[in-house]
Amino acid sequence: MGLIVDHIGVFGSGLRVSAEISACTFVLAALLGAALAVCQISPVLPLRVFSRLYVGGVRSIPLLVLLTLFVFGLPEIGVVYSLQWTAVTAMGLYWAAFFCEVLRAGVRAVPRGQIEAARALGLGFGQTLRLVVLPQAARSIIQPAASLLIAVTLNSSLAAAVGVTQELTGQTELLDQQYAQPLLTFGAAALAYVTVALWVGWLAGALDRKLAVSR
Amino acid sequence: MAGQAQPGTLPQEFRVSSSDALSETAAQAPSDQDPRTSLVRIRGLNKHFGGVQVLHDVDLDVHSGEVVAVIGPSGSGKSTLCRCINRLETITSGSIEVGGVPLPAEGRELSRLRAEAGMVFQSFNLFSHMTVLQNLVLAPVQVRGLSRAEAQKRGRRLLARVGLADKADAHPAQLSGGQQQRVAIARALAMEPSVLLCDEPTSALDPEMIQEVLDVLAELAAEGMTMIVVTHEMGFARKVADRVVFMDGGRILTSAPPTEFFADPGHARAADFLSKVLQH
Repeated sequence: MGLIVDHIGVFGSGLRVSAEISACTFVLAALLGAALAVCQISPVLPLRVFSRLYVGGVRSIPLLVLLTLFVFGLPEIGVVYSLQWTAVTAMGLYWAAFFCEVLRAGVRAVPRGQIEAARALGLGFGQTLRLVVLPQAARSIIQPAASLLIAVTLNSSLAAAVGVTQELTGQTELLDQQYAQPLLTFGAAALAYVTVALWVGWLAGALDRKLAVSR
Repeated sequence: MAGQAQPGTLPQEFRVSSSDALSETAAQAPSDQDPRTSLVRIRGLNKHFGGVQVLHDVDLDVHSGEVVAVIGPSGSGKSTLCRCINRLETITSGSIEVGGVPLPAEGRELSRLRAEAGMVFQSFNLFSHMTVLQNLVLAPVQVRGLSRAEAQKRGRRLLARVGLADKADAHPAQLSGGQQQRVAIARALAMEPSVLLCDEPTSALDPEMIQEVLDVLAELAAEGMTMIVVTHEMGFARKVADRVVFMDGGRILTSAPPTEFFADPGHARAADFLSKVLQH
């Protein structure tokens, strides 16, 4: 136990980097996923086809395989930037496909009559989406989006496998190599992940209840 | 409600303008003596859902200030006709003009013209994430470019007119069905449309709430609003409408002033329908 207490700073900095990677990945995935979702419900056929192919393709590749392809592939085509940001890019592109599906389900949960009423009042496609559909869809996607954020956070540990050693799992591996106490070190890491995941879940629940009142 | 007929006190005489091939009242061209032009002018409208044809070669003229009640059995195409007028449904062929301008198939111009035809739905369709007043303010600000203050003033005036001035800050879910439909009517009016399309406005309401909505519509009619009302309320058709259009099988079978229509439907199918709905 002393081992953990002595190295609490290592876990702290690992958790901070993991949180950073997860947050950036989630924001990138949300923006890209929203764009993909808009493509899928847009009246323009090529956009719909592109989005379908993207989602279908990307979510069929294991994240670790995608990460490895990016880490080794980007330098091949002359794109070189830090390992951490390469991992964020790959994971952002990956989770965008899932975020798109969550959003699309949320949009489909908005009753058709709401959209018809907006159109009948003369609102265009963009206005209908922004002022009527998305605000209502947002309420139904809070919980699934929170599940996605938890998945993004936990799977950010895969970054360690492609060499981002600064994040929590990477730091834990280094400690384990040094002291050969896998149960203790990874037990502590697991506890840290659980704490974050529960906290995200609780926050989403609180947000959901708050919005439900004003419905 | 089938009881009293209101004899010839209708403000205007309206020409029958249905020219359906099956119609026994036969093709009459829109009146040349009528100085008013048609506000809504439908010619040769056909509509298919997949392989099923739901509207057959429909012609209809609605003049400014006229109230047309569209009646007929379920599945006769009356709701579809109503929804085609502002292109909530795409049409297979034919033409629809509102205010002398043909409706384009899609795009910004369509949005602008749609706003000319206010729509009241069977299921109200108030925006559930907004307050009553926000429902009324949204489109005038976004589509017509009114200032928020101006739109709110108009919204409150319209709420007062439908008897719901005190509900401005309520959410739709807090209102009864009848109240929601009155808000929906106010929301449509906030765009100052030239014609109001009502698609079975009372069909989703409890019997005791139907009257409050019909009263609002009757008031609008008395004020000269042009309306096309798809309805099962024969009392409303008889008392408020200037003309009754009877549809069956996707065709307009008869089109006549209510006194004439209810005295003699002029078509066997219409007579049969009336005998069924007027019995209870």
